[in-house]
Amino acid sequence: MDILETLKTLASESGFAGFFSIDGLKNLVMILISFFLLYLGIKRKFEPLLLVGIAFGCLLVNVSNFFSGGESSAEALYHPELWDAFLDHDSEFYHSYGHIMANGGLLDILYIGVKSGLYPSLIFLGVGAMTDFAPLLANPKSLLLGAAAQMGVFLAFFGAVCLGFTGEEAASIGIIGGADGPTAIFLTTRLAPHLLGPIAIAAYSYMALIPMIQPFFMNLLTTEKERKVVMTQNRKVSKTEKIIFPIVVAVFVILLLPSTAPLIGCLMLGNLWKECGVTERLSDTVQNALMNIVTVFLGISVGATTVGSRFLNLQTVGIIVLGLTAFCFSTIGGLLVGKLMYKLSGGKINPLIGSAGVSAVPMAARVSQIEGQKANPKNFLLMHAMGPNVAGVIGSAIAAGFLLAVFK
Amino acid sequence: MNIGDAAITAVFGYAVVFVGLLILMAVIYCMGAFFKSREAKFADEKDDTPAQTEVKTEPVQKTEKPVAKGSAGRIKLYDVPDKEAAMIMAIVADTMKKPINELHFISIKEVK
Repeated sequence: MDILETLKTLASESGFAGFFSIDGLKNLVMILISFFLLYLGIKRKFEPLLLVGIAFGCLLVNVSNFFSGGESSAEALYHPELWDAFLDHDSEFYHSYGHIMANGGLLDILYIGVKSGLYPSLIFLGVGAMTDFAPLLANPKSLLLGAAAQMGVFLAFFGAVCLGFTGEEAASIGIIGGADGPTAIFLTTRLAPHLLGPIAIAAYSYMALIPMIQPFFMNLLTTEKERKVVMTQNRKVSKTEKIIFPIVVAVFVILLLPSTAPLIGCLMLGNLWKECGVTERLSDTVQNALMNIVTVFLGISVGATTVGSRFLNLQTVGIIVLGLTAFCFSTIGGLLVGKLMYKLSGGKINPLIGSAGVSAVPMAARVSQIEGQKANPKNFLLMHAMGPNVAGVIGSAIAAGFLLAVFK
Repeated sequence: MNIGDAAITAVFGYAVVFVGLLILMAVIYCMGAFFKSREAKFADEKDDTPAQTEVKTEPVQKTEKPVAKGSAGRIKLYDVPDKEAAMIMAIVADTMKKPINELHFISIKEVK
C-alpha cells in the first residue's frame, strides 16, 4: 500500500478540496447561509419545525455535493443532474423514478415525495385535521377577505413577468404571496421545479416573519378608531354544519377547478375526519404522527434543492424580492377589503382582521389579535380573524389551481 | 408570455378567486340559514314539550357528587362546554403566572 498515494487520493476526494473552485466557494456560502437559517430556526424560533430541517438539508447537500464537469460527486446526497434528466423531454430518463431510485442519494429518494406532490398534499391533510372552520361558517363574509388577500399573488406574478421570468416561473413566484408553504411547493414542483429551493425558503421565511411584516401595513392603512372596533361574538355553529362543510367545499371547489383536487381534497378530508366524530384515531394520526413525519421529509428534501451552484444567482435575489412584494400586497389587499367592510357594516367590522386573509394559519390571525389589543385591550379579534385566515387557505389553493390550469 | 397577457391573466385570476369564494360564501349562507331555521324549529318544539309533561312527572332529586380530594370546590358553567372551560382556566392561570391549583374559579359565563 502506497501511503503517500492514498493520502493524495483522500485529500483530492475530500470535501475541503472541493472548496477550491468557483462552485466550491458557492457551496461554502450556502453552508454559511444554512448556519444563519439554523440560527433563525433555533434561536429566533422562526418556523423552527420546518426551517431547522430545511437549513440542515441545505447544509447536508452543500457539504456532500461538489460538482466537477457538471456531475455531482459520487457520495452526494442529492444529484440535481438526475432531476434535470427526469425533467428533460429528450432524455431517456424522462419521468423515470426508477432511474432516481437506482442512482440517487438519500435526499434524491426523499425528494420524490416533493416532486410527486405527495408531501404538500399530506401536509394539507394534517392542516385540515387541525383547522376549525367554525369562525368561517359563523361569518361567511370572511371568505371575501381570504379572496382579497390573494392580491399579492397576482401582482407578484405580473411583476415577475415584467422582470423577464417565464409565465410558469412567475406563477410559482407569485404564489409566495398566498403565504401557504405547501401550496407554494405544490405549484412550483409542477410549474418551475428548478426554482423550488428559493421559492420554498422565501415562502417559509416570510411566513415566519409575519409578526414583523404585517403590523407596519396594519398601522399604516387603518385609523386608531378602526383598530379599536370591538366585534360582536359570532353565532354558534352546529356539529352537522361542521360535518357538511368539508364535503360541500370539496365538491364545489374541485368541480370549479379540478387542478385543486389534491390540495382541497386532502384539506377537506382531514377536516371531515376531525369533525365527523367517528374517526378520532385517524384525525389524531394525521394531526400528529403523519404531520410530523411529512414535516421531517419535506423540510430536509426542500433544503436539499439549495445546491450552491444553482441557488446563488441573480434569479434567487429576484425571487426573494418578488416574494416579499407578494406578501406585502396580499396583506394590503386584505386590509383594504377589511376597511371596505368596516364602512359597509357601519363600523361593526374591525379592518385588522383583513390582514389575516393571508393563509399563514394561525400566525396571521394572532397578529390581528395582538394589534387589535394594542389599540383596545378589551378587543378579542382572534376568533374573528380565524375566519379570513382559513378562508385564505382555500383562496390560495384556488389561486394555485387557477395558475396550474393556465400554465400546465 | 408578454406583459399584456400577464396583466390579463393576473386580473382574470384574481377575479376567479373572488368569484369562487363568493359562490362558496353564498352556499355557506344558504347552509347556515337552513340550519338556523332547523334549530329554531327544534327549540320551539322543545319549549312545547315540557309544558305537556310538566304535570305528569315528579321532580327528580339531584344527587350531588362528592368533591374530589384537594379540590377547591365546584365551578358553575353557563353555556360553556367543559373543554372550553378547561381552556379558559388554563389561559387565566398562564396569564396570571399562577399554578392552576392555587386559583379558585367560581363560575364561567358566556357573554352574548
